Amino acid sequence: MAAPAMPVLSGETLIQLRGVKKIYGEGESEVRALAGIDFDIQRGDFVAVMGTSGSGKSTCMNILGCLDVPTEGTYELAGVLTNTLHGDGLTLLRRHYIGFVFQGFNLLSRTSALENVELPLVYRRVKLRDRRAAALRSLDLVGLSDRADHTPQELSGGQQQRVAIARALVTDPELLLADEPTGNLDSARTKEIMELLVELNRTRGITIVMVTHEPDVASYAHRVVVFKDGYITEDSRPERAH
Amino acid sequence: MFLQTVLMALREIRRNTLRSILTMLGVVIGVGAVIALVSVGRGATQKVTEDISKLGKNLLMVSAGARVRGGASTASQPLVMADMQAISREVAGVHAVAPGSTSTQQVIYGNKNASTQVTGTDNNFFEVRGYSIDKGRTFTQGEANSGLPVCVIGSTVKTELFGTQDPINALVRVGKVSCTIIGTLISKGTAGLGQDQDDLLLMPLSAFQRRIVGNNYISLILVSAEEGLDTSIVAESIRALLRQRRHLPIGTDDDFNVRDMAEIADTVTSTTNALTALLGAIAAVSLIVGGIGIMNIMLVSVTERTREIGIRLAIGAFAGEVMMQFLLEAIVLSTMGGVIGVVIGLVGSFFAARSLQLPYVIPPEIVLLAFAFSALVGVMFGYLPARKAAQLNPIEALRHE
Repeated sequence: MAAPAMPVLSGETLIQLRGVKKIYGEGESEVRALAGIDFDIQRGDFVAVMGTSGSGKSTCMNILGCLDVPTEGTYELAGVLTNTLHGDGLTLLRRHYIGFVFQGFNLLSRTSALENVELPLVYRRVKLRDRRAAALRSLDLVGLSDRADHTPQELSGGQQQRVAIARALVTDPELLLADEPTGNLDSARTKEIMELLVELNRTRGITIVMVTHEPDVASYAHRVVVFKDGYITEDSRPERAH
Repeated sequence: MFLQTVLMALREIRRNTLRSILTMLGVVIGVGAVIALVSVGRGATQKVTEDISKLGKNLLMVSAGARVRGGASTASQPLVMADMQAISREVAGVHAVAPGSTSTQQVIYGNKNASTQVTGTDNNFFEVRGYSIDKGRTFTQGEANSGLPVCVIGSTVKTELFGTQDPINALVRVGKVSCTIIGTLISKGTAGLGQDQDDLLLMPLSAFQRRIVGNNYISLILVSAEEGLDTSIVAESIRALLRQRRHLPIGTDDDFNVRDMAEIADTVTSTTNALTALLGAIAAVSLIVGGIGIMNIMLVSVTERTREIGIRLAIGAFAGEVMMQFLLEAIVLSTMGGVIGVVIGLVGSFFAARSLQLPYVIPPEIVLLAFAFSALVGVMFGYLPARKAAQLNPIEALRHE
């Protein structure tokens, strides 16, 4: 696993997309979700991905998250070429490098926060005692160690998203993929969550790629990438507001 | 990991307690029914075999008259003492031979009377039929030869006529004859078809022939074959001997009848076994129906939990692990049903055996088989839903509402 104190923007490339195309369907009904993009992300960066629906940003996130593979072009994650992988190979990559945070939190219902956070470690065959300890550390990191035995139903939206972040962090991933992490939250909770992400990026050096619709949320990131019609139309490093 | 998955399955089952119980019910009833039916069937078989062997060990019964299906036996030359002596003398493998002429008579003592089976016989009868003296004695040689009216009574007759009184040396009236009781028999209980084996009165054959029936025929010869011998061979020898003695030409039917109790026991046993197997098979069908119930619920469960499956796949579960999770859930459901079914089957058959007055038989291989089959049902019917779960695309599964 990655060392926790990675310097921000080391200059090393974590993600490298070259000529990536994703085409659904064939012939007349062919849809080019990604029309051929080149995209690099350095270790320790914090990237906001923006774009309207159908712009290709979700497809790009699925490819980055090793949930999908490009139709054409190459995707290297930490030097591993993903094109030839499928099924369990992609799963292994996810296990090693990636943590996910979703808009809808996606916690297992009727399952305590602690057990939700533990789950990725269960699939990594970590022993119960170590698993518990790691999950508690991770919950502590998001400030929820006192809610470990609460089920998602007993937590507020903001708290649920923190649990989800704790779950994504428990495996110490290099890459955190967040799909509209604040989409379901009010502005106060949004601020909390974004500050937490910024903090994680700064202190732990986790590379974060985050999809969002709101420029306000995007302004927390170091870099903003805008997708349109399957292409990247904008790629900037704005002055940070936060 | 395996343990973890089993725990996960158990939690999932507890989460939908009512649904899980209803799902299990099919397997519970299937396994329970198989075990209960086979257990009661085995009990019945055992009871019948025991009852038949109670009639006497390695017993063969020879009577005059051909075996006619669905009608009265044809009139024929009766058996006499000489036939019995010939069997005793000439047939190999015969351990003991006793006459057993019977006639139903009123037996009267004081103001009480009972109708009972009066049997004219000799002392070999006790050994051949497996009776033993409770009080008093058997016949003396003198009594056997002279035709003195003495008798030994079974416990039913004793209770009916004497209650708790001592019947030894009492004088009873058997038909028109006064008869002295010289002994009583130890109770043998009820035989195969509900016959009371203690409802009998024994007297020496000579007395029976002379005083009760008034002829010198023997209606039944009881032959006890030597232990460990194949009774059918002995039966065949007796047949050959009697055909010869009766000068029956080759090609004609027997005008007598040799019944082999072992053979009857075998027939009865194979009949009840076949019935048991049939009932067990019908019950096994309900097990399969139970399995279909499990498959149905597991398919519903996979659809309901599509999103959960998506989460698990995204955070690093292999497709095989998701498959294993759902498969184990089905197996845990069906084996839990199996365990409960085994308990219910065993308890149910215990009470059934008690109320039917059958011996309680636990068929261990059937218990094991039914249980193994219930687990197999889980594998068979859990496979399809589990594969469906494992083949879900994580992207679509996560989008599932």
